Amino acid sequence: MESTIFKFVLKYSLREQILLLVLTVASFPFFYLLLYLPKVIVNEAIDTDASAFPVEVFGVELGQIEYLLTLCAAFLGLVLVNGGFKYFLNVYRGVVGERMLRRLRYDLFVRMLRFPLPRFRRTSQGELVSTIVAETEPLGGYIGDSIALPAFQGGMLVTLLIFMFIEDPVLGAAAIALYPIQAWLIPKLQKKLNARKKEKIRLARALSERIGEVATGIREIHTHDTTRLERADYTGRVGDIYRVRVQIYRLKFFIKFINNFIAQITPFFFYSIGGYLVIEGDLTFGSLVAVIAAYEKLADPWKELLNFYQVKEDAKGKYELLLESFQVPGMIEQEQIDVEPETQTPITGVLVATNLDLKEEDESETTFPGGLSLTADLPASLAIVGGPGSGSDRFAHILAGLKRPATGQLLAGAFDLLTSPEAVTGRQIAYVGPETSLFSGTLRDNLLYGLKHRPIRDAAYDGPGRAQWERRRTEAARAGNSLHDFHADWIDYAGAGVADVDSMRARAIEVLSIVDMDDDVYQLGLQSSVAPDAVPELARGVLEARKMLRTRLADLRVAHLVDPFDRDAYNVNMTVAENLLFGTPKDRTFDPEDLAGNAYVRKVLDDVGLMDDFVGIGRQVAEVMVDLFADVEPGSELFEQFSFISAEDLPEFRGLLARTESDRPDDLDGDDRTMFLSLTFRLVPARHRLGLIDEPMQERLVLARRRFSEGLGADRTPIEFFDPERYNASVSILDNILFGRLAYGRQRSAQRIGGLIGEVVDALDLRRAITECGLDYPVGIAGSRLSTAQRQKLAIARSVLKRPDVLVIDRATAALDASAQDRILDNLLKEFGSRALIWVVHRASLAERFDETIVLEGGKVVEQGAFAELNRPGTVLHRMALAG
Amino acid sequence: MDLKTEAEMLHKVPMFSRLELSKLKLLAFTSELCTFDGGEVLFEAGDAADSAYVIMEGEVEIVVETGAGPVVEGVLGPNELFGELGVLTNSPRSATIRARDGLVALRISDEMFLKLLAENPEAALDVMRQLSDKLVRSQDQFIGLQKQLREQESVRA
Repeated sequence: MESTIFKFVLKYSLREQILLLVLTVASFPFFYLLLYLPKVIVNEAIDTDASAFPVEVFGVELGQIEYLLTLCAAFLGLVLVNGGFKYFLNVYRGVVGERMLRRLRYDLFVRMLRFPLPRFRRTSQGELVSTIVAETEPLGGYIGDSIALPAFQGGMLVTLLIFMFIEDPVLGAAAIALYPIQAWLIPKLQKKLNARKKEKIRLARALSERIGEVATGIREIHTHDTTRLERADYTGRVGDIYRVRVQIYRLKFFIKFINNFIAQITPFFFYSIGGYLVIEGDLTFGSLVAVIAAYEKLADPWKELLNFYQVKEDAKGKYELLLESFQVPGMIEQEQIDVEPETQTPITGVLVATNLDLKEEDESETTFPGGLSLTADLPASLAIVGGPGSGSDRFAHILAGLKRPATGQLLAGAFDLLTSPEAVTGRQIAYVGPETSLFSGTLRDNLLYGLKHRPIRDAAYDGPGRAQWERRRTEAARAGNSLHDFHADWIDYAGAGVADVDSMRARAIEVLSIVDMDDDVYQLGLQSSVAPDAVPELARGVLEARKMLRTRLADLRVAHLVDPFDRDAYNVNMTVAENLLFGTPKDRTFDPEDLAGNAYVRKVLDDVGLMDDFVGIGRQVAEVMVDLFADVEPGSELFEQFSFISAEDLPEFRGLLARTESDRPDDLDGDDRTMFLSLTFRLVPARHRLGLIDEPMQERLVLARRRFSEGLGADRTPIEFFDPERYNASVSILDNILFGRLAYGRQRSAQRIGGLIGEVVDALDLRRAITECGLDYPVGIAGSRLSTAQRQKLAIARSVLKRPDVLVIDRATAALDASAQDRILDNLLKEFGSRALIWVVHRASLAERFDETIVLEGGKVVEQGAFAELNRPGTVLHRMALAG
Repeated sequence: MDLKTEAEMLHKVPMFSRLELSKLKLLAFTSELCTFDGGEVLFEAGDAADSAYVIMEGEVEIVVETGAGPVVEGVLGPNELFGELGVLTNSPRSATIRARDGLVALRISDEMFLKLLAENPEAALDVMRQLSDKLVRSQDQFIGLQKQLREQESVRA
């Protein structure tokens, strides 16, 4: 990176800056003319004797009126030209600034990508975010102005000064007499200000870091009741920032004050000294007036320059701080991430490690002295056994290219792994560690992530789309950004050993079964909702499954476990509201939260004469709830779990009941009715057992249901009605197959029905299609919507899918249960039969199934060979295997 | 079946007999009314004890595993409470419970059951009395068995 922001500006935007300067200078004559012309119009065209006309302008004779109109037209033209200049300059300044800002942010991001990994232990996310995003922001404004403004204003200033000195050297000198004081004093103050500003930025970084930490550790804070501590800490931090900011304000406005004071004290010299000179006769009165007028003109550019000075100093300081945190020793070489090898040769042959330095930079020389050396034939399956402090994890990092040791050598056949670019280590070697990172996106995105090294096929753009991409690319080139199209097809099908999208899909599911995750994804698929148009075959299959499940339930005599959706029957396992809608809302028209207030719903209830009954039932519900929960303390979770009325609303309902005790339902006003109605809507007769929705009432509700749907018209309704012949896109695949509700009060019915659905799905051969839907499951930020075990499995699957020559696994299955570990280990050994699998095992006994076992202690190989041979009394391996 | 009936049924359970009806209503409301088919197992010996049950309709069999296979050790009928000791001692189920014919039972979650005891000393006292009874009975049994053993030994000697 350039050492100062000015060098950065010169290097990347010199051409633009010169253009800005030239245009600024070029605009000046027009500006001057615009100021000058009104005087000409008044003096020469309006306020002149008619005898002076006609006048000749560019060889054309003009009368007074014509002359006036010509001048006015010229004035109008100048206004346009000036406005145009200003507009263009402003926009172009903005463009230059933004382009440079974009370049800077890109450079910083690339630098971050190249940080040596240990650096991330010392630099927090919050700090990186705040530097790259927030701290760079104000620099854009400065960059646009950085050359044109000082050049232009400085030029004005010099011109005016020359004029003054020609007029009268003494007064000229008087006008700038205090400049030296300013030039001496202001930088001194500015230096102090700069220091404060840097401090402010450092504090702000620390604050972002802390906020990030608190957000990540929020569970700890609540489990240990430390919100007070955190609040106090936060208070201290924002307090510090406050203090520094106030100091900044003081200094900044003190500098302003000095500048203003000096600017206004100069006229004092003019009046006193100049006046004395005029009175003494050494200076003409006209000269004094001219000089004072010139000085007033001087004030503007001088002020602009002083302002600019502050902005410049500010930008300079910010840039220095950026440099400080992004100029890191030991950065990954640019080539290492850029080089694209022409051919790819498999990594195979003898793996030879010689004196590999395992220690981290901040560790002493005595850690792992001499380094690690070993020899092993590849391809083979190697188990590395080593407890904490054995260096096994570090060796795995080196193998994966994640750690480049200071000394030592690592060869695999013809490959020098330590100097290979990431195009080799990141494609032909895969690594899965004990901690995995997933990115927000779908499961599929994460699974395919390891195949996206470079764009393979251009994105298919239509005409305008292509033009737009060309424009974006050109602009990216101007800012020195990446020229790769993010929307291109990045997936390296060949790398995964498949031909096209379809076979990739099949392979993805195969890999999921290798890591024992196919069933998880199938379950996620069942829970997901899909658009039937996107997967018409699956939608048809699901409808078939729906029918088959119904038959199966009847055959097994367990039909009572499911209460199916039947348009002509009341469903006691749904709420009253659900029974009325009998479908799922597609938009917010029938917001379940506010159904009681919905005008159409109320009209339907009125039409079928249910309104008053419902209000009456709601009142009864309220009475029961007020009665039941009267003694329950407000904080109790019973409210949340069971009550229709929250603890806060209970007094309100109690009041409402008391107030309307003697009223009949139709005496109540609208809001009271809504309140009661909303309670009725939430009743599930089978579950709540309040005996309020009896059979005649249920029949009337079915009537209301019919009225409700008929009134909405046949198509484009905001409700997807439950229709046995239609796929419902607003609910999950599972709910589509179930097409009903699990009956209340049946233990373990969810498992039993789940099992039956599985049978039906297999009978109709739908499992694969449903699993594919599961691939679209959004995993959440850092995969937070998956379990730890699922995250681990997905990370392994991602590495298997890219078919590396060498797969390095470092205790990546430790979080899984023993049977899953065994299955995955077996599957991987089979999958990597002809390739290398190097596994740092977390239990020595796991090494048994590998071709070769390597035992590490203190960074040295202490035993190596077949497990069966090594595992005898007296060996380190034997001791470790016994320990578990 | 509605809440009121359920609360009245609960009232007939000795442990709950001294509780106010309103509290029993809340208990019923926060419990799950479960239906079981004949022969359906409510829980098996060794399962974690996460709830207590009160029979509303029907009967259950207490099945104990012995060396000679499962043996029905007893039958419980309406208004009887079972499964509460497991909840109290936080230990696994000691026997398997099976519905005889159609059964309807109120399933009280462990949380609610313990809460009820904590808030109602009368009920807690009752539990204590029951537990002491059981203790006394098993102690009597123990002494009886010991006596038998000694007699047999002296006969052999």
